[in-house]
Amino acid sequence: MNALKHTFRDLIRYPSAVLGLLIIVGLLIVAVYALVTIPYDEAVRLWRGGEDVWYLNPKYAAPSWVNFFSLKKAPVSFVVNTADGTMSKTVTPSNEDISTTDIKYSFDYQYDTFPQEMILYYTATFKDKLPFASVLWTTPDGRKIKIANMAVDRRTTYRFSQDPKLPKTLKSNDVMEGLFADPKAETPTPVKGIYTLEIIGTTFESGSTLDAQYVSHGELYGMAGTDKYRRDLMLPLLYGTPIALAFGLLAAIGTAVLTMSIAAIGTWHGGWVDGLIQRITEINLVLPFLAILIMVGTFYSRSIWLMLGVTIVLGIFGATIKTYRAVFLQSKESSYIEAARAYGASNSRIIFNYLIPRMIPLLIPALVSSVAAFVFLEASLAVLGLGDPVLPTWGKVINDAFTDGALYQGRYYWVLQPAMLLMLTGLGFAMLGFALDRVFNPKLRDM
Amino acid sequence: MSSKSLAANAETQVRSEPTAKKSFDDSTLIRMTKYTGIRLVTMAITVTIGVYLTILIANMGGYVDTIMRNEIRDNTTQSILANPSFRTLSTEAKQRLIQEKITSEENRLGLNQPFAVRSLGYLTNALTLNLGRAMQMTSDQGSKEVRLILLERLPATLLLTGTSELFLFFVSVFVALALSRKYGGWFDKFTIALSPTSAAPPWFYGIFLILIFAAVLRVLPFGGLVDVPPPDNKIDYALSVLKHLILPAASVIIASIFLSIYTWRTFFLIFSSEDYVEVAKAKGLTPRDVEQRYILRPTLPTIITSFALLAITLWTGFTLTETIFLWPGLGITIYRAIGLYDTPVIVGSTIIYAYLLAITVLLLDFIYALVDPRVKIGGGGSK
Repeated sequence: MNALKHTFRDLIRYPSAVLGLLIIVGLLIVAVYALVTIPYDEAVRLWRGGEDVWYLNPKYAAPSWVNFFSLKKAPVSFVVNTADGTMSKTVTPSNEDISTTDIKYSFDYQYDTFPQEMILYYTATFKDKLPFASVLWTTPDGRKIKIANMAVDRRTTYRFSQDPKLPKTLKSNDVMEGLFADPKAETPTPVKGIYTLEIIGTTFESGSTLDAQYVSHGELYGMAGTDKYRRDLMLPLLYGTPIALAFGLLAAIGTAVLTMSIAAIGTWHGGWVDGLIQRITEINLVLPFLAILIMVGTFYSRSIWLMLGVTIVLGIFGATIKTYRAVFLQSKESSYIEAARAYGASNSRIIFNYLIPRMIPLLIPALVSSVAAFVFLEASLAVLGLGDPVLPTWGKVINDAFTDGALYQGRYYWVLQPAMLLMLTGLGFAMLGFALDRVFNPKLRDM
Repeated sequence: MSSKSLAANAETQVRSEPTAKKSFDDSTLIRMTKYTGIRLVTMAITVTIGVYLTILIANMGGYVDTIMRNEIRDNTTQSILANPSFRTLSTEAKQRLIQEKITSEENRLGLNQPFAVRSLGYLTNALTLNLGRAMQMTSDQGSKEVRLILLERLPATLLLTGTSELFLFFVSVFVALALSRKYGGWFDKFTIALSPTSAAPPWFYGIFLILIFAAVLRVLPFGGLVDVPPPDNKIDYALSVLKHLILPAASVIIASIFLSIYTWRTFFLIFSSEDYVEVAKAKGLTPRDVEQRYILRPTLPTIITSFALLAITLWTGFTLTETIFLWPGLGITIYRAIGLYDTPVIVGSTIIYAYLLAITVLLLDFIYALVDPRVKIGGGGSK
């Protein structure tokens, strides 16, 4: 315990170690947050969900932080609903059965471009008589525009851009420009200020209700934006964290511990055991690692856990086993091992209690650094289209973006966000690993 | 990964000195022949098992056969049912025709033999470098010869791997040597601080380079080998290839240059703090002489090893980098071959890699003996 404290004190003298540790702790917090707020099944359901899950989101929307960096402010998407009170609704009964439902939403529009689309989703309850709704639009400069009158079924969707009558009313081919643009301006520019959308509904039965959801698809969405399938990229960015960390840590620890144990057993027993391990290592060096992973992914299954298993198995008999063997050969001859043998310690006791613990300082820096490599390996597989088919991961987002030509189309956010997270993870572990290397190998310290 | 163990290797080499001074009685020639023989046999066995394992994996232990049989059945049935000239035939005659076609197609691909027999056939063919014909893939010239498919892709891969890896190797060794001479300077610290960036693979930097130079600045192409359509003029063609090479090569170089320099620098520093270097300095030798005779000479085996291992990796190409940059090299070809279950192409590229590796490892043993007098072939501690 004391040694641990000592190591830690040595470690935090390196700024890179502190930075690396901070990054790793931050990622761990994000990972825990993701796992707690989004259960595994829910994450998979959302990620695999199509239009039915994500219909409220715009396609290809950049994250809203883009506005901080651009002079032309683009509209941010929003959704308001009478059901949860984000849109006001007042019901005034006028007659026995007839009542008026007034739904109103005002918003401040301070953007320089137009939204992509606006949609109203009505839900109504009634027995025989359909409620009736008329939609009014008030612009900041005081114009009142009658959008549409319609009878509302149990579920009715009204898309502003797809109403054939609306362009005529607005005297503009583009409905969004007609709604937002200043009629006096030469080029279409939105009028900034408070807009109000009002739905005046009439229900004709007692107990009949009318609710509405007002969706505005802007050019920006949320903190992470959306992809081709309208999915909120926050989901894979958040949920990719625990997956990346789990894959990286499990692969690194699994490979390192197994490699070390096998190297120790081989060196201790010597003879044919050692020979066999050496030969397996040589055969493994002939096998093409990435090609085998690709084959397993293509032929068997793309499950991340299978990939993890294959990575560990192929990683055990890697080039590092030779390095460990060389060190074990030396410590096998040390006097404390001699002493253990003299008092009759069993083979396994010597291997696991005396040989391996001595190696741990050598193991830890390499282990920490290799986490970064494994995190990138998982992303690499995803970029080749061999990512886990059900899990939202960073690599998968990059792969989706690349197959859709995101860089070519200028949708940089789609690639940059997962790439930044990958970079952060990689750098965090690599920096910590480097510093640990210096702490544990004093020979490197003053070099 | 291998370069990380350089320093550790170097230490063990120095320490194993006494073991080399074993018996000098038996004739060196016999010893060498015996040693070479054993090495050759173990190498051959290793390569054989490695290639056979690849064959088994590439066929999913025979399951690929089932996939291919189903595919043949589907395709033949559909093509015959859709063909208007067979419409007049009776159902029975159609079935017979389908069966015949399936059998002939299966015979063409060798599916009529059991997998165990075929896998041994693959193995002998592979080991004798009789790479055979691809199942689905064709070269751009339209040939199905695996040899031609691979040869056609080789120049593109060698161009990319060769330029980037050679640049990387020589630049990092020379810069590292310069840094080790006066370590602790700002450039030295800068390199150390940047070495964790090598945690990311080349394709990752490729994304950023594409973003900056192709998408935003629009000065370099997004990917590919040459412009479309390719220029007629040879000089223009070469220039166009060069323009397309910049980004992929740069991403490979950026991804490892700092770690590579750092590793070599540390390696040279360990050697330059040896006592014999101090003695040489005390004798008043020029720094140049000290470097060449007392630092470079003993580190030569390690430098050669890492160069030789690098030379082998040139062959495999960078699957990911080639995919991101749509570079028509071997890496992307193997990836496509796997997607098409094209076993001959997969096995063909593996066997060439295995042979190259085996030959290199054997050669290294002899080169060691030439450059490092301490390592006497067959003398004691063969590792």
